[in-house]
Amino acid sequence: MSYLEYNVKTIPTGLRKVLYFNWPLVLLVAAVAAVGFLMLYSVAGGRLEVWAEPQMKRFAVGMTAMLVIGFVPIWFWRNISAVAYLLALLLLVAVEFFGSIGMGAQRWIELGPLRLQPSELMKVALVMLLAAYYDWLDIKKTSHPLWVLIPVLIILTPTVLVLKQPDLGTAILLLAGGGLVMFVAGVSLWYFGTVIALSVALIFAVFESRGTDWQLIEDYQFRRIDTFLDPSSDPLGAGYNITQAQIALGSGGWTGRGFMQGSQSRLNFLPEKHTDFIFTTLAEEFGFVGAVSLLALYVLILVFCVQSALSNRDRFSSLLILGISGTFFLFFMVNMSMVTGLMPVVGVPLPLVSYGGTAMIILLGAFGLVQSAHIHRPR
Amino acid sequence: MRRSPRDSQESHRKISRRALLLTSVQAVLVGTLAFRMRYLQVDQADEFRLLAEENSIKIRLLPPARGLIHDRNGAVVAGNEQNYRITIIKEDAGDTEDVLDRLGRLVPLTEEDRERTLKEAGRTPTLPITVADRLSWEEFSRVAVNAPALPGITTEVGLSRFYPLGPDFAHVLGYVGPVSDYDLSKMTDPDPLMKIPRFQIGKLGVEAKLEADLRGKAGSRRIEVNSTGRVMRELGRKDGDPGANVRITIDHRLQNYVQARLGDESAAAVVVDVRTGDILSINSAPSFDPNLFVRGISGPDYRALTENDHRPLADKSVQGAYPPGSTFKMVTALAALEAGVIGVGDTVYCPGFTKLGNRRFHCWRRGGHGHVNLNESLQQSCDVYYYEVAQRVGIDKIAEMARRLGIGVRFDLPMSAISEGLAPDKNWKRSKYGKEWLVGDTLNSGIGQGYVLASPLQLAVMAARIATGRSVTPRLVRAVDGQDVPLAETPELGLNENILRAVRKGMFDVSNSRRGTAYGSRIVDDTLRMAGKTGTSQVRNITAAERARGVTRNEDLPWERRDHALFVCFAPFDAPRYAVSVVVEHGGGGSTAAAPIARDIVLQALADGLPPLTAYPENQRSRIEAEREKLQLLGPDGPSGGRSRA
Repeated sequence: MSYLEYNVKTIPTGLRKVLYFNWPLVLLVAAVAAVGFLMLYSVAGGRLEVWAEPQMKRFAVGMTAMLVIGFVPIWFWRNISAVAYLLALLLLVAVEFFGSIGMGAQRWIELGPLRLQPSELMKVALVMLLAAYYDWLDIKKTSHPLWVLIPVLIILTPTVLVLKQPDLGTAILLLAGGGLVMFVAGVSLWYFGTVIALSVALIFAVFESRGTDWQLIEDYQFRRIDTFLDPSSDPLGAGYNITQAQIALGSGGWTGRGFMQGSQSRLNFLPEKHTDFIFTTLAEEFGFVGAVSLLALYVLILVFCVQSALSNRDRFSSLLILGISGTFFLFFMVNMSMVTGLMPVVGVPLPLVSYGGTAMIILLGAFGLVQSAHIHRPR
Repeated sequence: MRRSPRDSQESHRKISRRALLLTSVQAVLVGTLAFRMRYLQVDQADEFRLLAEENSIKIRLLPPARGLIHDRNGAVVAGNEQNYRITIIKEDAGDTEDVLDRLGRLVPLTEEDRERTLKEAGRTPTLPITVADRLSWEEFSRVAVNAPALPGITTEVGLSRFYPLGPDFAHVLGYVGPVSDYDLSKMTDPDPLMKIPRFQIGKLGVEAKLEADLRGKAGSRRIEVNSTGRVMRELGRKDGDPGANVRITIDHRLQNYVQARLGDESAAAVVVDVRTGDILSINSAPSFDPNLFVRGISGPDYRALTENDHRPLADKSVQGAYPPGSTFKMVTALAALEAGVIGVGDTVYCPGFTKLGNRRFHCWRRGGHGHVNLNESLQQSCDVYYYEVAQRVGIDKIAEMARRLGIGVRFDLPMSAISEGLAPDKNWKRSKYGKEWLVGDTLNSGIGQGYVLASPLQLAVMAARIATGRSVTPRLVRAVDGQDVPLAETPELGLNENILRAVRKGMFDVSNSRRGTAYGSRIVDDTLRMAGKTGTSQVRNITAAERARGVTRNEDLPWERRDHALFVCFAPFDAPRYAVSVVVEHGGGGSTAAAPIARDIVLQALADGLPPLTAYPENQRSRIEAEREKLQLLGPDGPSGGRSRA
């Protein structure tokens, strides 16, 4: 069914929509954010104003955005998805020229008090456009090479731009997030098999390119890979992050050292303790129980999203929800794998928990899209 | 786009299938992550927790204050003074050389300091290394004020050993110095304190021998540091136990006097309380300033000490072993009299030599002494009398008597390299040289020449034992940590009292009879009269040619070939209090070089301060007074407990 066939009369209208929100999902999101506040308070050494308070303000803004977006019918979002994508793309290009440099990469544009990170916006816009694309596309053509090439280009364009910033983490997330939507949309598994095979070849090529003049990734990225493969090779240099993160995690034990008692994070042994590595503080202070609990909250968010997507018979809505939840999954999966040493360190924050510019607001906005799809589902 | 219901259903089916596939992949990944967390946080938790502790919690040792050393009256002779120093931690400094350059503009740093610091810092980059110490307060505060601009530099106030009387106690107390690699190699289970850079331990003397008591126990400070090593807070502090205070038997005033009296001579003197065995003073001259060693002696200073032919670094009082010469004659006499081979009144004829085979053993007096009995033999130190009685009694009895009187016996005092001396006998020569003992050896030994060796300490003990007839044992440590060290038992030696009295009378006449060899060094105060014995021991053989020419006078010989001058005595004669031995290396004759010193010392000890001039013979008083003026003695206030350097 497409929205045109909706019996619009059955869709809730006005303020009554509030009752039709997916409230468990809202509460779960708020719960994860609350964990984030707690941890930011802890890593700031028991001070609210350093990180926790700005984060709360951002959360409030994000929640408002989520509600507002949720109220807006899903077909509106479908219609502007191409516009959103183009806008995000434009901003990504703009960041190339006007962007600020932070942590060795161009990532955001200053818009007055707002610090916009176009790559964050792109993660959502890409999923939106792809969902809209497959909603528009005749199902029978889904695996046709020509119709596969178009979404591939849609994905690769922003990915290449992000890679140039350079921001390996976001590039991977864009690639994986886009691929995920294509996968769910039903693109033949052969394509994915081929891409995986090609990726292996590409990784090989990347390693081969090292030290030559056609080097494909930056030296620091090579070093990160090196230290991922053997963190002990440089315990005080690039491997420091990983080593210290694992010490923090490991020293948590079953139940942790108690709130505000994590020596690793409070004593600055941990790098980026309030952003990408905040999970280590949680794991150190609340132990295995705390870490797995957060993981369980994330999984519950996923479960509610998937449940909502599967019960939604609108193709765009299903794809959008699965795309957003899949990206969300990639976020926390990559971050947690990274700090537990399962993956090389790439700059991916822990969703809803890490202290970070626009990421939180945009993520909450994306959940607003999920809510909108949920509220305005065909009944 | 409009879609047929069939298409819609197809789409939903496909999405559901793929979503389930995706979800299962996600589930597997989440499972992997959970297992990874379990592995890190549960299975490996202990290991990581340890690593975290090591990361953030450091234990710094707090060096304990070293125990003080007091003299018998409680004056501090080894104390601790405040020491302002600067340390550097290489890890925090970054560019160590640059920081040292900047530091060098604030306080004087020698090239040596720099090199040593860089070397030590290279070895232990995480530990504080002393860059400079014993700074003045101004230098110290200048660095402290500029500390923020000097990364890795810390200013510290510590304690350092200080010897207020300097050279007077150098040989007894020894000195402390920083732990060396050599020291560490000798320790089987080094105290963790040894890891503190430049921790001071006793290197010699009492400081080394009583190290275990003096050192104390390390305290510790548990601190939490952040990733840059900055101390965040103190988690706990356990103060160490300061080292035990030690009280020695030395009287610092007497010690000071004796050192001054020995002056520049290469000499040693020991004063023993005959009733207790307490060593009241034990000096070796020339001496050195032990404070130089605590600070780290400079190359030229050290060379000056080692190249001096008077050997200031050697402790002659216990390390030196000298042929006792005629001071040994009491031993021979007692051995012979106890064995009954001669009576107290029996005489021996002295023609000036004794013939043994075709070899002549000369008496010091070429013309001979005529008929001499025991008293005259001691008084005039007739050699021939002793050649005769030594032959009669035999070397083994003499050696036995020597050991009974303390010669050839090692006394267990907390001083370094104590000499055992030597009381030779037949077995000794056989095992040492594989040769039979010869009668000539007995003759030589009988007058304290040849193989016989004794340290000044042993000679003082010998005098004390003759004076009391008891087995007086020397004692140097009076109390440790307030606990008195018990006096050693002084059992009777078991010598015949009449014989002893005769020998003591002989010694009395040495310095009180007109013909006595030390008559010039007599004490005229009847309550303080001194009994003694001179000795002159040869350090060279007198050749026949020399004898034919007439023996060269000592004064004409180069210093290092002159005879050693010795004197042993005790006083007062009627109720002995102190036994004194004096050895002046290459001093010439015992009567001229050693006896006057011994008399001054024993009078000083008896008077507990400068003795009245009336104790001296009238014609010597003005000379003695003039000599006294030249001595540089301690002021009446005595040493202060410790002082900081200006």
